Amino acid sequence: MSSKKPLLQARSITRSFGQVQALRGASFDVYEGEIVALIGDNGAGKSTLVKCLSGADRPDGGEVLLEGKPVSITSPTHAQSLGIETVYQDLSLAPDLDPAANLFLGRELLKPGLGWLGVLDNSRMQSEARAAFRELGTELLSFTAPVASLSGGQKQNVAVARSIAWASKVVFMDEPTAALGVVQREKVLDVIRRVRDKGISVVLISHNMPEVIAVADRVEVLRLGQRVARFEAQQSTVEDLVAAMTGALIQEDVA
Amino acid sequence: MSSPTTEHTPAVRPTLANRVREYAAGSGTIWILGALVALVIAFTVLAPTTFASAYNVRSLFTDAAILLVLGVGMTFVIITAGIDLSVGSVLVFSGVVSAQVMSAFGGTEAGLLGVFAGLLVALLSGVAWGALNGVLIGVFGIPPLIVTLGTFGAALGLAKVLTNGVDDRNVPTILADTIGTGTIGGIPWLVIIAMVVTVLGALLLGLTRFGRHTKAIGSNAEGARRVGVAVKPQLIKVYALAGLLAGLGGFLSLARFSTTTIAGHTTDNLTVIAAVVLGGTSLFGGIGSVVGTAIGVFIPAVLQNGFVILGIQPFWQEFAVGVVLILAVFFDQYRRRARSKGASRRGKHPAPPRATESLGAAPPAPAGAKERINNG
Repeated sequence: MSSKKPLLQARSITRSFGQVQALRGASFDVYEGEIVALIGDNGAGKSTLVKCLSGADRPDGGEVLLEGKPVSITSPTHAQSLGIETVYQDLSLAPDLDPAANLFLGRELLKPGLGWLGVLDNSRMQSEARAAFRELGTELLSFTAPVASLSGGQKQNVAVARSIAWASKVVFMDEPTAALGVVQREKVLDVIRRVRDKGISVVLISHNMPEVIAVADRVEVLRLGQRVARFEAQQSTVEDLVAAMTGALIQEDVA
Repeated sequence: MSSPTTEHTPAVRPTLANRVREYAAGSGTIWILGALVALVIAFTVLAPTTFASAYNVRSLFTDAAILLVLGVGMTFVIITAGIDLSVGSVLVFSGVVSAQVMSAFGGTEAGLLGVFAGLLVALLSGVAWGALNGVLIGVFGIPPLIVTLGTFGAALGLAKVLTNGVDDRNVPTILADTIGTGTIGGIPWLVIIAMVVTVLGALLLGLTRFGRHTKAIGSNAEGARRVGVAVKPQLIKVYALAGLLAGLGGFLSLARFSTTTIAGHTTDNLTVIAAVVLGGTSLFGGIGSVVGTAIGVFIPAVLQNGFVILGIQPFWQEFAVGVVLILAVFFDQYRRRARSKGASRRGKHPAPPRATESLGAAPPAPAGAKERINNG
């Protein structure tokens, strides 16, 4: 994947919460059109790093580069305007609204001519939502029932479809398969591959090593707030990844 | 969806029958409408000449009109998972300042200009109290119950300060004779105004981005914020809307009774909340309808009216409404539980457990730092 161009890069990011140094100069690279897994033990700083890159938190020091240019991502909405979307582990869906309403929440389509009154164009949102799900290769039993009545896998699909519908560059997915059964898990991994094939880079945060090796193109490992190793997923084993996570294997210079 | 075949079943086309079924399952409105219709039929059969008379129907609607105006605003507030206890006091305060302004324009002799000035002042006063509620709740994060309990007392207290606790009766005659007691084509002004407010409220909630964002906030405020819904401004607007309608209610009340009725609205808040909840709006937020609220307002009104006509002690109405209210909330909770149970039967792992390292959860941090994360 090294022939590809870097899309989103973190350079020596630091972030402290009081006495706790969550990130101690962490670096991270996302290349164009790849699935990169970000792994690390609990407390390694994965979540903090992802928050800094998706606008949910701001680093104390270091640099974030988007397509080679330094950016300061100030909020999740700002990240979204840059083409960066996040699928949160809790999915962040409104359970009382239907899938189409969730897909367009905060970015509703308005009826031409009545937009100044804020009148929603529900039929267009419904049809575009259906198209987005078709593109994802999934279907929903109902587009008009509230999301709360969907199964766990279908809720996941709604959250993923929403992020993909709006992302033009990067999608962060935090443990997207953690709550799913075996069949659903396979489906979500298929979806992740399809997203990559559309040209959108996916950052996968996962604890499941076999899954990481199966779906990711590359793997980056965080330990104690720093990047300690990078792997091509095809040429690595679960043992390599675990060794890097636990400190038995260190590739990079760690200060 | 535990089998691959069902996952790929094409979406069911939204036929009319399916829509009706989903609607019936998803909201309590249809059941409460049934209850209202049953009550009306029962009273009509038991007292056909009195209950169903044009005079009685008109007075029933007139009594309900002001509560309905308050109820429309309360519906939006409760859908955000909030509450507004201050509506009755804001109504009184707005009526008082409106009456005082109209006094300055000549009191009972005041002309059209004075009436319009009075209306404007009543609406502005309502919006100001509502916006204050909204800022304290949305921006400062004080629980709605406490904020509006505070403004409930504060607005009533200030109204009494302004009047020394004595009702102001200088209401323009042209106001009392038109909006207060007048009719157009046999329909009282008050009823027409309440219906217009209800229709506008229903359209605002059902068809617009404002309504959608109101529901989204009540459903998952943090999730809504993450996708770019301006949660704080929306909350301010929703409470300001409730205040605006309470201000309008104050003006209508002045018109109807030709006095400020300072002592007459202490339980309006509870009556209105009960009506909204009876109408199928969930106290847990996210679900609700203005049409339901309209039905919910009429259930206590019809009960009261019917009991009086049948010679039953009208106190039974209070008892009956209390029982019905508890039942309505019970069924709301039952329906919600059934809904998520249904989902868990179909999917093996319904609710993703919150792991300690999810993006939504803050990493272990001292108290001071945690606030920074949440604000970031």
